[in-house]
Amino acid sequence: MLPEILSWASVGLIMVTSVALLVSQSWQRSLLFLSLQYLGMFWLVSLHWPMTMAAVKLVTGWIAAAALGMSQPQTDQPASSEDAWPQGRLFRLLAAGLVILVVIASVPTVTDWLPGLRTLETLGSLLLLSMGLLHLSVTARPFRTILGLLTVLAGFETLYAAVENSVMVAAMLSVINLGLAMVGAYLLSTPTTGETSA
Amino acid sequence: MSAPLIWIGLPLGLAGFLLLIRRNRLVAILGAAAALVLAGLAWFLPLDTVITIGSYAFKVAPTFTILGRSLTIESGNQGILTLIYGLAAMWFFGALATPKGRPIVSLGMAIVALLVASLAVEPFLYAALLIEIALLLCVPLLAPFDSPPQRGVLRFLIHQTLAMPFILFSGWMLAGVEASPGDLNLVIQAGTLLGLGFAFLLAIFPLYAWVPQISEESHPYAAAFVLFFFPTVTLLFLMGFIDRFAWLRANPNLPGILTSAGLLMVVSGGLWAAFQRDLGRMMGYGTVIETGLALLAIGQYPALGVTIFALLIVPRGLGMTIWSLSLSRLKSEAGSLRFSAVQGMIRSFPSAAVGVALSHLSLIGLPLLAGFPPRLALWEALARQSAASAGWYALGIAGALIGLVRTLAVLSMAPENTPWRWQDTWLQRILIGFGLLGMLIFGLFPQTLQPLLARLPLVFEFLGR
Repeated sequence: MLPEILSWASVGLIMVTSVALLVSQSWQRSLLFLSLQYLGMFWLVSLHWPMTMAAVKLVTGWIAAAALGMSQPQTDQPASSEDAWPQGRLFRLLAAGLVILVVIASVPTVTDWLPGLRTLETLGSLLLLSMGLLHLSVTARPFRTILGLLTVLAGFETLYAAVENSVMVAAMLSVINLGLAMVGAYLLSTPTTGETSA
Repeated sequence: MSAPLIWIGLPLGLAGFLLLIRRNRLVAILGAAAALVLAGLAWFLPLDTVITIGSYAFKVAPTFTILGRSLTIESGNQGILTLIYGLAAMWFFGALATPKGRPIVSLGMAIVALLVASLAVEPFLYAALLIEIALLLCVPLLAPFDSPPQRGVLRFLIHQTLAMPFILFSGWMLAGVEASPGDLNLVIQAGTLLGLGFAFLLAIFPLYAWVPQISEESHPYAAAFVLFFFPTVTLLFLMGFIDRFAWLRANPNLPGILTSAGLLMVVSGGLWAAFQRDLGRMMGYGTVIETGLALLAIGQYPALGVTIFALLIVPRGLGMTIWSLSLSRLKSEAGSLRFSAVQGMIRSFPSAAVGVALSHLSLIGLPLLAGFPPRLALWEALARQSAASAGWYALGIAGALIGLVRTLAVLSMAPENTPWRWQDTWLQRILIGFGLLGMLIFGLFPQTLQPLLARLPLVFEFLGR
């Protein structure tokens, strides 16, 4: 019973953090939400993988968040918004709401596609995938792009963990997550993007 | 000793070493020489056979095991290794004459090694992961540290990263299809995911907006390097998929799908090229056309697919090297490749201008140039299938030709009485000259590629035989 409750709590955590990640304008809060998102993902992955292997995902995600955090400019600067994309919080909340509805509607179909996957894991992973894609579609900033890509990958890894438990795949996916964070840190280090990273 | 250590481990280690060296020319020479040696070894070194040198005997094993999975390079793969490292050597030599060429060699060596690993990994669908790691290394090439990243790089990163989940999932589903080929739903799902994955990876219409963007925004030589190696290896990966899965190979719709995608790329790339006002974007659309041609060639399987595809690779590599090397020279002088900036530059940089023009002509398939023989074979094969396909192909090429005419007009549009001045360096003239000579040789004597072409199809168990 307790694992079931924890699993649903993880899905709830993923839903809240992925929406908050989309809406948040501050890089500090964004990284906090990203770290919490990995906690939810870790629990869902641990349903299929040994705890130690699932913990790799969590640690990798946290290191990625730390790398992105360390590359932020040190000076206090106002949180910037996008130049041209729809940027209002209300718009993003509405878009996120629509995406969540679509995800909930499509969960039974996807669960049928992938044997071995339960409803809550499908829901969690699809939420991450679709919110990550939404994030990517409303941003043109390197920091936000990396957050979106990490979210999409987290969703994919949750789904893929149900069908593949190879150590090599886990290792390579960790390298890719860390690599993406490093690329993000690199892009944020350029003088002009550093000023408008959030 | 194992083959993956020689062709993957060594270049990766060398890439790390080259990153530490500061001198541009030394890095280019070392990188090119190493790539040439690796190409030579791939051609001559027998695998899984005892080799005796004096009193010392050794055997190069084809497999290297890591984390429960294996990297395997068999003798059938040696032709493709020769080609990849030979072309890499050419790119690295070209970096000698390119400002900021150092990262192209050091990171490029690591990228090439990872792409080779993607062709060697077992299970082969893990290639998607290695391609993803390689593309992360491309970001510093495309977005140098001293300039802000542009949208093209971010789009490149997004599109290529999105491809990986599709490919991995389709690979998992394809195993299910093998087990129950009669399950039509599973076949459709796997095929759709596979198609989406390769559409993202190969930047198939309409997912190629980032291609002209990075060609315009990034250093032309770095952009061309990425736009040559990634599609080439991805196309080999795609052919690997077709080769391994019997139901996919036997699917009567697949050649039609590949041909349609290829024609869409050739026609849209050609038509967009006709309207460009930036030489970098023009080269970007040139690479779109090249990918379209490769898809058209693969669509001709089982009869001619692998042969025409193999015939396309060397002219494409040579053409893109010369094109981007010439554009690099023009961009370093003019600051931009927009028509307004490069107007009349043929008078100051004749060799670079000739390099741009002849590479473009080779793309179009002008007789006597390297691009002509494979394009002729492809057009003939298309015309045999359907006159409409051949007509669409001609339309795309006509668009690229209009782009060339506009390029030539702009480059030669110097104010009256502007004197001719050779401002290209000797090194640039020599490298561009050698490249153009190579284009003529491969155009006039395509049979010089025959030894390579004979070995390339051995990579594929069914498609190539």
